[in-house]
Amino acid sequence: MTAAFVAPAALWLAVFLVLPFIAMLVFAFGRRAPEGGYLPAFTFEQFLNLPARATAFGNTLLLAPVGALLCLLVAYPVAYYLALRADPRHRLVLISLIVVPFWTSLLVRTYAWMYILGSRGLPSLLEAVGLPDIRMLNTPGAVLVGILYGYLPLMIMPIYVSLEKLDRRLLEASADLGARPVATFFGVTLPLSMPGVMTGTALVTILLLGEYLIPQLLGGGKVFFIGNALVDLFLQSRNWPFGSAIAVTLVLVVVVVLTVAMRIAWRFAGTRRVDLV
Amino acid sequence: MTSAANDVEFRSVSKRYGEVRAVSDVDLAVPKGAFVALLGPSGCGKTTCLRMIGGFEQPSEGTVLVDDRPMNGVPPYRRPVNMVFQHYALFPHLDVEANVSYGLRQMRPRIDRREVARRTGEALELVRLGGYSARKIHELSGGQQQRVALARAIINRPSVLLLDEPLAALDRKLRTAMQIELQSLQRELGITFVLVTHDQEEALSMSDFVCVMNAGRVVQMAPPQEVYDRPGTLFVADFVGKTNRLSGVVEAGGRTLRLADGRALPVSSQAPGAVTAVLRPEAIAIAHGEGDGLAGTVTHRIFLGNAVEYAVAADGIGEMLVTADRSAAQTLADPGDRVTLRFAPESLLVFPT
Repeated sequence: MTAAFVAPAALWLAVFLVLPFIAMLVFAFGRRAPEGGYLPAFTFEQFLNLPARATAFGNTLLLAPVGALLCLLVAYPVAYYLALRADPRHRLVLISLIVVPFWTSLLVRTYAWMYILGSRGLPSLLEAVGLPDIRMLNTPGAVLVGILYGYLPLMIMPIYVSLEKLDRRLLEASADLGARPVATFFGVTLPLSMPGVMTGTALVTILLLGEYLIPQLLGGGKVFFIGNALVDLFLQSRNWPFGSAIAVTLVLVVVVVLTVAMRIAWRFAGTRRVDLV
Repeated sequence: MTSAANDVEFRSVSKRYGEVRAVSDVDLAVPKGAFVALLGPSGCGKTTCLRMIGGFEQPSEGTVLVDDRPMNGVPPYRRPVNMVFQHYALFPHLDVEANVSYGLRQMRPRIDRREVARRTGEALELVRLGGYSARKIHELSGGQQQRVALARAIINRPSVLLLDEPLAALDRKLRTAMQIELQSLQRELGITFVLVTHDQEEALSMSDFVCVMNAGRVVQMAPPQEVYDRPGTLFVADFVGKTNRLSGVVEAGGRTLRLADGRALPVSSQAPGAVTAVLRPEAIAIAHGEGDGLAGTVTHRIFLGNAVEYAVAADGIGEMLVTADRSAAQTLADPGDRVTLRFAPESLLVFPT
């Protein structure tokens, strides 16, 4: 019986996750054919070439946590307002305002940002009111803005869910025992919403590690990430083995970094640990 | 009563939620060190009153005073009251010790760490939970959680302890034990207790004063015995304890109650007019066979161990509930038996209708 329920998911994972990963491993140890593609071999030369893409690795490993942290800082107040302050009658409308833009392709919305940040967008507006002409598009800042915009809902939702479940009487109990609002927030609200914070942060971080569209469009190819390197290697220069080596390395780095981060986070949560739902 | 003797005072307090009046023009004085129970059916406004003392609700009109200080606009964290919440509201992410010490750790200037530990240990001993400090909340039984909630609420030595249906979630046996414990704890600490309950037995057994509420108003506030023996209104009589109702007219002279079927019952002096008379089941004596008194036929018998409850179809009156002591009823009457019911005229509680 259990097997029948698990089978579709297991099959899905086998066909779309395990098999491609094995294929990638095989490619990563192979050689590039002269006309591009793959020649069977067993060599470490692809991995030895990795330092050539060190900047991309560095940028990615910096962007993912910084982007996630930025999303977290902006998302938490929004989720808090939605769950605890907003009039319940307006809640559905407010959540729709966050979710509905997602029905439009991220590509289209990122293009919109290109125009907003481009020289005829915000900068010209600022210039009109007498401020100096600032370059906005094709800067790391633009990439961060794009990331914040694109990934914010993914951070808001899990935090909102955990805050929504929060028993309001616990907040009253805290106030009753003499805790000022700020003390109640750090003593009760924040620790009890940690499952949402961790889920959101993990989700956004993992997705950011593979992001290539936003840096491409808003970073003008200057801020280069692993995602961009992979697109380039697979679709432009057709260097599949090197691309595979980068992809495999990224997966390994992610697994290691996330495991360590989770360990530290739980230790930090310590006795205040809440069982994850 | 002078205000200086009161720990909590309501001065014409009303609370409205939109069009709904939850509490209407309540005047209430809780004497220092007293154990007061707010008793009433659900929706009578008792919980709203409690929450106004705690500071979780603000009165729409009137003033709530604690320690003779008006509390309008004072947030919960600045009030000298603490609350034992319904279902306890213990912090699930903290262990027993951190829950209990929570109030102390909010104090400014900060209290020394060792002092916090010492007082937390004391509070846990007081509720007989010494040795449980490292337990997680979800590892505790309902009764133990209740004790943690109590310890957490008394650790800051409040002037007033508020208890919102604190025993509702416990099973019967534990509830009785906790009633005794709450009472002795209150005497030991000398703190004023204000308890909200819909359970009349709980209110009668623990408190010095019972404050019966209905439809947002205080109907009667008096010691438990008085509320039971001399209910102020028909509502109080009905809500506190079991009742038999007899409708009729008190005749001129005020000594006779004429029932609908023409039968006359003697009453202690009453104002003439249409009335509803109320008779407690235990005020009725039941005797085998027919004789002087109300005749009737037993329809049901409920054996309670220490007492026996009969439902009796009284001729011309209808069903009456009778509670007989075991010692008084040597041989139990069986359903179908003819019996005679007798009661003293003073035990008829008469309310004009």
